[in-house]
Amino acid sequence: MLPALHDAKLMWLFGGVLCLLIFSTFVGDILKERHRGDSGRATIDNLNARIRAWWKMCAIFALSLLIGRIGSLVLFAIISFLALREYMTLVPTRRGDHRTLFWSFFVIMPLQYYLVGIQWYGFFAIMIPVLAFIFIPSSIAIYGDTEHFLERAAKIQFGLMVCAYCLSHAPALLLLKIPGFEGQDARLLLYLVIVDQMNDVLQYVWGKLIGKHKIAWRVSPNKTWEGFVGGTLSATALGTALWWVTPFTPPQSAGMAFTICILGFAGGLVMSAIKRDIGIKDFGVVIEGHGGILDRIDSLCFAAPIFFHLVRYYFVP
Amino acid sequence: MSDGVHPIASLLAAVARGITGVQVQWAGCEPIERQRIYFANHTSHLDFVVLWSALPSEIRAHTRPIAAKDYWEETPLRRYLAENVFKALLVERGAMAKAKSPEEAKFVGRMLIEDMAAALGMRNSLILFPEGTRGSGEKVGEFRAGLYHLALRRPDVELVPAYLENMNRILPKGEFFPVPMLSLLTFGKPMQVEPGEEKEAFLERAREAVSSLRRIGPA
Repeated sequence: MLPALHDAKLMWLFGGVLCLLIFSTFVGDILKERHRGDSGRATIDNLNARIRAWWKMCAIFALSLLIGRIGSLVLFAIISFLALREYMTLVPTRRGDHRTLFWSFFVIMPLQYYLVGIQWYGFFAIMIPVLAFIFIPSSIAIYGDTEHFLERAAKIQFGLMVCAYCLSHAPALLLLKIPGFEGQDARLLLYLVIVDQMNDVLQYVWGKLIGKHKIAWRVSPNKTWEGFVGGTLSATALGTALWWVTPFTPPQSAGMAFTICILGFAGGLVMSAIKRDIGIKDFGVVIEGHGGILDRIDSLCFAAPIFFHLVRYYFVP
Repeated sequence: MSDGVHPIASLLAAVARGITGVQVQWAGCEPIERQRIYFANHTSHLDFVVLWSALPSEIRAHTRPIAAKDYWEETPLRRYLAENVFKALLVERGAMAKAKSPEEAKFVGRMLIEDMAAALGMRNSLILFPEGTRGSGEKVGEFRAGLYHLALRRPDVELVPAYLENMNRILPKGEFFPVPMLSLLTFGKPMQVEPGEEKEAFLERAREAVSSLRRIGPA
């Protein structure tokens, strides 16, 4: 029953995450107690809402990892579905895209996860970049509405790439056969998610504490150089310190963590630019304090495929 | 009607909520038990189920939709859903236009209002789509006169405007399969026919009340 429970290193990771959650809940409470007056009130309330949401997200993710491959696969498929839904809701589409959208939600995206499930790497890797890329404009063209044709086809393709294709590389880590690491791949997925999400959190924290010089202020007014550098360095340090849960040596782990941080930052920035373009602040209101699902996973979408391929290239013979 | 909600109705409501992920906002009134006519824009076959599912269950049990007879009596399944599951009041579209004389048209119209008033009874609420047909979602179409006459016939009942967003993208006219985009439903401030208010002025005001609840704007 639940072999993951006997993975001592995994349990240590869970324990670490739990401690972090308890610690941040304490900090949130203390900030709330100490703070009188209105300035910064909203920030602290938002922080506490985020911490509450983190408890729930960690619980769900931990449960899915314990269930095993199927658990992670189903969880990420659901996340993909919800993210794609937020994206498509806000990106303008036309009546003529209806059937293409139906196929995207109910055939292309589930098929992508099915291919991960049956471990058919060759098909999984080309499914959306090649097959969907041809299918989407063709099916829109058959309907016959040529208004903004290229734009509509590109928008649907982009949504599928980010929400389905890129994200599916996270659970796909579980199908990599790394010599000497059999049966421990849950930790690799957890490593990616921890480094990526902690990078988000640490960039936010460093930015709030000492942030002054804005990066790309047109795109995201909250991102600063201090937050970026502080977050990247501290999350890379964290990733390096977690080398013992991975098949990497400490220097390799540092390189991987650094790559995840840079890509996570890029993912967040790109999604912010899209939101700016559409004219909204968040993609949805599903997770309290965090905006939508897509706001939470934007960094993971860019980090997951590159991390997957780095591991596959260097560690799978 | 006091025997509660049909289990299939609850199931369909849950499915509709799942597909549309509808977020409900009560912007002008509270979801309380009192007799109301909810009137909304109409772009999709899912409109009624979504609006109905957004109501608290004790209110749902006393809320009936008004639907088009020609569509809902076409197949046995539809007829069963309309009559037994949702307990809809089916009305004939364009019945007045079909009448041979102005007197007959007047009579038919009056009968229609009487049917609706009877459906309201002592404790029921109604869901009404005053456009009478599904629009493209770009703007709210002209309202039919039924809402005005019913409001005069039953001045004790609150008229609550509502706006359903994105439904035309979820299940547009002429499509069978829905696409699970997110939908928004906003209930506005209750309104009434003002003393001496003309039919056209009231209908325009009601239409304005519905379209002013739009939150996203045209795609």
